[in-house]
Amino acid sequence: MEIYYMYTKLRRDFGRHPNLADEPAEVLADIRPDSHISDSFIDRNPVVTTVAVVPDMSEHEANTEMVEYKNSGMYHLEGGWPKDVDFTEVEHTIRYRKKVEKDEDYLIAISQLGAQVEELIKQNNAIDIYEEYFTHDVVDHSSEQPSAKTLTVFRDPAHKKGITRSAPYISWHPDGGRKMAVAYAIMEFQQQPDGMPVSSYVWDVNNPNTPEMELAPASQICCAVYNPKDPNVLISGLYNGQVTYWDTRKSTRQIDTSPIENSHRDPVYDICWLQSKTGTECASVSTDGNTFWWDIRRMGEPVDSLVLQGKNDPIVLGAVCMEYDPAAGPTKFMVGTEQGTVVSCNRKAKNPIDRVGASYTGHHGPVYALERNPFYSKYFVSIGDWTARIWMEDLKTPIMHTKYHNSYLTGGQWSPTRPGVFMTIKMDGTMDVWDYFYKQNDPTLQVQVTDQSLTSVKVQESGKMVAVGAQDGSVTLLDICDGLAQMQTGEKHAISAIFERETRREKNLEARQKELRLKAKKGAGNTHEVELDNNPDTVANIEKEFFDMINAKKDVDETNPLEVEIGA
Amino acid sequence: LGIIIMKRINSHKGVLGIIIVNNDGIPIRTTLDAQVTVQYAALVTHLASKARSVVRKLDEQNDLHFLRIRSKKHEIMVAPDNEYVLIVVQNPNAI
Repeated sequence: MEIYYMYTKLRRDFGRHPNLADEPAEVLADIRPDSHISDSFIDRNPVVTTVAVVPDMSEHEANTEMVEYKNSGMYHLEGGWPKDVDFTEVEHTIRYRKKVEKDEDYLIAISQLGAQVEELIKQNNAIDIYEEYFTHDVVDHSSEQPSAKTLTVFRDPAHKKGITRSAPYISWHPDGGRKMAVAYAIMEFQQQPDGMPVSSYVWDVNNPNTPEMELAPASQICCAVYNPKDPNVLISGLYNGQVTYWDTRKSTRQIDTSPIENSHRDPVYDICWLQSKTGTECASVSTDGNTFWWDIRRMGEPVDSLVLQGKNDPIVLGAVCMEYDPAAGPTKFMVGTEQGTVVSCNRKAKNPIDRVGASYTGHHGPVYALERNPFYSKYFVSIGDWTARIWMEDLKTPIMHTKYHNSYLTGGQWSPTRPGVFMTIKMDGTMDVWDYFYKQNDPTLQVQVTDQSLTSVKVQESGKMVAVGAQDGSVTLLDICDGLAQMQTGEKHAISAIFERETRREKNLEARQKELRLKAKKGAGNTHEVELDNNPDTVANIEKEFFDMINAKKDVDETNPLEVEIGA
Repeated sequence: LGIIIMKRINSHKGVLGIIIVNNDGIPIRTTLDAQVTVQYAALVTHLASKARSVVRKLDEQNDLHFLRIRSKKHEIMVAPDNEYVLIVVQNPNAI
C-alpha cells in the first residue's frame, strides 16, 4: 500500500533560504486494523527483548608497520676523571687513587659496605636460594583442557611479489629444532607463472621476518629433508625429478645434483635418509613409479632402483610418500601410492620381483602421509582420502580408522614424544590432534590454523612445537600444551594394549571371514566341520577364562564383602 | 685498612672479584683486570643509580640499600653509598 506526499517547489525558488514554519499535523493515511490479516499472526507471549542504557562502543585494532631492530654494542672508555687528571697517564691515575684511599670518609664507607656485602656472600654460600625442588616430578596433565597456541607465522618471501606458492614440505633441523627448512612449490601441473622464484628457504624459529638461508635450485623444490646424522646436509627432490643435495655451511647453490637422464620423470614427492655406515645414502620416490637409491657422494646415477609394481600387477604405482624407519628394518621401507595402496618393500630381496612385498589397500584416494609409530614400529598410520587408518604390519585390513571427515586429509604425523598422539591436517585448514590414550572416536583437539588448505605438517622432536604449511605458502608454528606433548603415566603400556587388542580383533574377524568363505565354497560337507574345529575351541577357551575370572572375583567378594576392588 | 677489608672479602668462597668505584665512575680499587673493571664500573653505576631513583620515586624517604643481580653464571652485588659504590662478583654455585 503506497503512502506518498507530494512536495512542489518552483524553479525560481531554488537556492532560496528555506523559511520553515509550523503547521498543524495532517493525516496522510489511516490504516485501520484488518481482522482478516490477524489470522496469519500468532500472539507471542512472553516477548524477550534486551534493553541496555549503555553507549554504543566500537572496537578497532591497528597494527603498526614492523620496526626493524638492530643490535649494537657500546664501547666504554674510562670517564669521570676530574679535569686535572689525565687518565692516559698511569702515574696520574695512581696518584689520584692513592689520594682517595687516604680520605677518611672512604675508609668508613668501605668498612660499612664491606660488612654488608660479607653478610650476603656468606648467605649465598650457605643456601642456594633459587634451588628447584620439584624438577623430577611428573606433572599430571590429564585434567587440563588441551590447547594449542600459534607462536609465529612464516610467510613466503615470494608472496610479496604476488605469486602464491604452497608449502608442500617442512623439515626440522635435527639438532634441537631451532631451524626448519621449508620447500615452496606450486604443485599443480603447469600452473607455475613465468618468473616464479624457485628458491626455498631455511627459517630460524626466532626470526619470522627474514629467512636464515636461501636454497636456490634449478627447479622448484618439492621436498627437502635434513640428514639426521649431519645437521648441515639437506637432500631435496625437485619438481623436474632431479635430486639435489645441499650443505648449509657452504653456500646457497646446490653442492650436487642428479642428472636429468637418470632422475625421476615426475616431481619427486618424498625422500628419506637411510641408515648406513657412511650416513650418505638416501632414497627418493615419485609418481612415475620409480624408487631410486642415491649416494650423495656420487649423484651421477642412482645406486639402485625399483619399479613399484605389484607381484602380478601390470600397473605401476605412483608414489606420493614414503616411510623409512631403521627400527623396523634397515632395508625395509613403505611407500604410499596415488592409487590408495600402501606397499611395503624390501630392498634386499632374493629376486627383484620379491622386492615389493605386502600391499595394504583401503584408501579411496592417494595416501598422502605414512609413518610408523615411533614407539611401536609394527603399527603405522596412513593418511589419505577422508580418513586416517592405523595398520599392523601383518594384517591386510586396518586395525583402527578415524571416522570419515568432511574434508580431505592432506597429511599427518605421530607425535615423537607420545605413543598415542598423532596430528592430521585437512583441506579446510584445520589440524586435528588425536590422542588414543584419551579418546578414540574424535580428535582431542581441533585447531583452525588458517582458512587455506593445509599442505604439510611436521612435529618438532621435542613434541611441543608443530609447523604446519598451507596452500598460500604460510607456515604456522603452533605450540601444543604440555598435556599433549608429555607422556602420561602408563601411556605406553595402555597404547600397546589398545593396539594389540585391535589387532587381535582384526585377526579374529579375518579368521571368521576365511571360514565363511570356505564354507560358501565347499558347501555343507565334512571338510566344513574340520575347518570349523579351530574356532569353537578358542571361543570356548576364551569363555572359560572369562567365567573363571568372574567366579574368582565373586569368591573374593563373598569372603570380603566390605572390600571393594577398584580397577582390575 | 681498605686493603685489609678487600682481602677479607676476596677470601670468601666463590668471590670472583671486587671493584670500588667512586661517584664519578672512577674505579678506585679492583681485583679484576682493567678492561672488565671499566665495563663493570660504567654499567653497574648506571644501573645502581637508576635503581636508587626508582626506590626514591616510590617513597621519598626511602633509599637504596643494596642491589643484587643474579645471572646464570654469577651474582653481582652492589652496595651503594653516598660517595662510593662497592661491587662484588660472586659465583654462588662454586664448591
